[in-house]
Amino acid sequence: MATTKHTLVALVEDKPGVLNRMASLFRRRSFNIESIAVGHSEIPHLSRMTIVVDGATTMVEQVRKQLDKVIDVVRVSDISGDDIIARELALIKVRTTPSTRSEIMQIVDIFRANIVDVGSDSVTVEVTGDEDKINSLFNLLRGFGINELARTGRIAMSRGGSSPLQVEKESASTRRRKQKG
Amino acid sequence: MKMTGAQIICECLVREGVDVIFGILGGAILPLYDTLPQYPQLRHILVRHEQCAAHAADGYARATEKVGVCFATSGPGATNLVTGIANAYLDSSPMVAITGQVARPFIGKDAFQEVDITGITLPITKHNYLALDAASLARTVKEAFYLARSGRPGPVLIDVPRDVFIEEAEFHYPDKINLPGYKPTLQGHPTQIKKAAKLINEARQPAIIAGRGVILSRAYTELKQLAETAQIPVITTLLGIGCFPESHILSFGMLGMHGMAYANMAVSAADVIVAIGMRFDDRATASVSGFAPHARIIHIDIDPAEIGKNVPVDVPIVGDIKVVLNELNKQITLTKHIDWLGQLNDWQKKHPSTAIRDSQGLLPQFVVRKIYEVTKGEATIVTGVGQNQMWAAQHYCYDKPNSLISSGGLGTMGFGLPAAIGVKIGCPDNIVWCIDGDGSFQMTLQELATITQEKAAVKIAIIDNGYLGMVRQWQELFYGKRYVATPLSGPDYVKVAEAYGIPGLRVKHKEEVVPAIEQAMAEPGPFLIDFVVEPEENVYPMVRPGAALSELIEDPAARAQVLSDSAKLPASNISA
Ligand SMILES: Cc1ncc(C[n+]2csc(CCOP(=O)(O)OP(=O)(O)O)c2C)c(N)n1
Ligand SMILES: [Mg+2]
Repeated sequence: MATTKHTLVALVEDKPGVLNRMASLFRRRSFNIESIAVGHSEIPHLSRMTIVVDGATTMVEQVRKQLDKVIDVVRVSDISGDDIIARELALIKVRTTPSTRSEIMQIVDIFRANIVDVGSDSVTVEVTGDEDKINSLFNLLRGFGINELARTGRIAMSRGGSSPLQVEKESASTRRRKQKG
Repeated sequence: MKMTGAQIICECLVREGVDVIFGILGGAILPLYDTLPQYPQLRHILVRHEQCAAHAADGYARATEKVGVCFATSGPGATNLVTGIANAYLDSSPMVAITGQVARPFIGKDAFQEVDITGITLPITKHNYLALDAASLARTVKEAFYLARSGRPGPVLIDVPRDVFIEEAEFHYPDKINLPGYKPTLQGHPTQIKKAAKLINEARQPAIIAGRGVILSRAYTELKQLAETAQIPVITTLLGIGCFPESHILSFGMLGMHGMAYANMAVSAADVIVAIGMRFDDRATASVSGFAPHARIIHIDIDPAEIGKNVPVDVPIVGDIKVVLNELNKQITLTKHIDWLGQLNDWQKKHPSTAIRDSQGLLPQFVVRKIYEVTKGEATIVTGVGQNQMWAAQHYCYDKPNSLISSGGLGTMGFGLPAAIGVKIGCPDNIVWCIDGDGSFQMTLQELATITQEKAAVKIAIIDNGYLGMVRQWQELFYGKRYVATPLSGPDYVKVAEAYGIPGLRVKHKEEVVPAIEQAMAEPGPFLIDFVVEPEENVYPMVRPGAALSELIEDPAARAQVLSDSAKLPASNISA
């Protein structure tokens, strides 16, 4: 992993417009964002975001602080210094001919990737791993011709028991109940 | 109890201590206006343009230290608020704006007068809401006020669809705020405070740069204690003016592009800078690489994102200024900086940036000085933007917080008049002078009607130089005197005032200045004076764009003259 890449993780309130708020912030402050991945977190009504920022072009600490200022952002943390697990998923649709199919399948095997769809002249490969692994696989498959590529962007977590995003889970969920009632 | 959305909003406003609302109505917000008569505690001031509703609320907020409130209808009403909201955002003014929106079934259909005002104001509000049901209104309004006034204050907008005003819901005023993503840090970190105290105690040439944060935190006595105990000269930003009495022996005026020469020199020579509630705006720092080259910088601010944003700092302290200074002051030892203060006084004598040269013609600086003298420094001065603003900042001596109200971060021409209305409505006992440019005044002069309708006794001094003067100054100095689009005509301002029912005078000669100001003061109501001043007078000192604070240009004419009237002094010391 290139050392200039920073991984920020954030818990954000699952409200309309929250992505818009963050995107607006990145654009307005000219923050260079490599990827953002969003999905549910372990806490109901809080989403988890993983944001990858290139520290060579953007002041990462400013990104973190500005994100923290967004009211709907509950916690944000730069976990780059931690021992982290970082993964990305990619779907790669590769052109095939009868003569290349087996070679492609071998490559896919070596990368512990899966073929998830087979067409008459293409296969779709699913691969999970860090960016380097996905890049390497992509580079190998490129020679065969790529029809489509979709990548999720990085999601990440610190190893070990603790979470850098510890929030009072009580308050977040009680709050929701109150709002509903 | 069941109430309509509109009633819920009014109930909440009353509970938040709101007494004045500035606004203009329209179809989408009509149900809210229709409810206002049920709440006579809420005084509505009808302005003539929504931009001015926001500026008036902003002026009101700055003068009263309360949250300013403005209303506008959907579509053009809401977009007209935008400049005023941005102005409040950049100057951290507490404000709540409530806009009407098209009814819920029409949202997203490009209905008549529908605009996405929450989208538009996203980067210029501290937070905003689209209220999608009456049941959540009470919580939303409560949160909005809390956000607007706490931490680093700022504007919050609530967009309310027309049918939500009418919808009924149970009114329950929440007793607690629950915003898990919002917890401003108030206490400074003890280790950092200790480090700061050590730096200050060991400093030989310290300087304080105080900004609007001191005013927002009401940390006047704490600042004074710090300055006096450690004998540190106090320099302010434009928006910090008044947070420390300018007639105080330790006050050395404003820094920046048009700051006092001695203030800029002090910052450039200091070995320790204590930056308090200021954000290193480029107009204040000039070239960042040349800013305070010899200083270690302590930065105290409630907004962590301001730390290290523009200028790297040695000791950051995040916290409420009052709280932090309180702790810091406990660790500050009595010190004297005789040589350093002597040096500053010497600079001040040799570079009296507030001296006004003798002149046949009517100088704008002279006008400001005379307003100062006649009002005995007790007025609240509200300015336009441009040269008039800088002269108002330089030549009036501000001893009280919130005595200068000016558009700093956004530099919004047209702010002066509506903001002055907000100030006068909020503080009816204040003497309020709007020192405006002829260009700035023409941007919002329709508010003269509001002044008349509301009987707001605002005194208006137009610095009428027939130019968009500040830009003309740049053209003169940096664009080969090519005065493109800066010569500016205007109406007969005295007749305009008269047409609105406001008495006025035109002043062209020095000797008429004081009698005119006195006449304005004697008048119980509003008054307008059109001061026809030297058209090509420049604001000095000046730091060229891109230059360092230390590379300032001083008034060539004033420098050449031996001046008896030296630096800014309290009224009693100024000879007429
Ligand atoms: C709304 C707005 N438009 C344009 C500007 C750019 N601008 C800055 S100062 C200035 C001239 C202001 O002229 P005037 O109000 O007559 O003041 P003076 O400098 O002559 O005292 C202009 C056009 C601005 N600050 N605000
Ligand atoms: Mg002018």
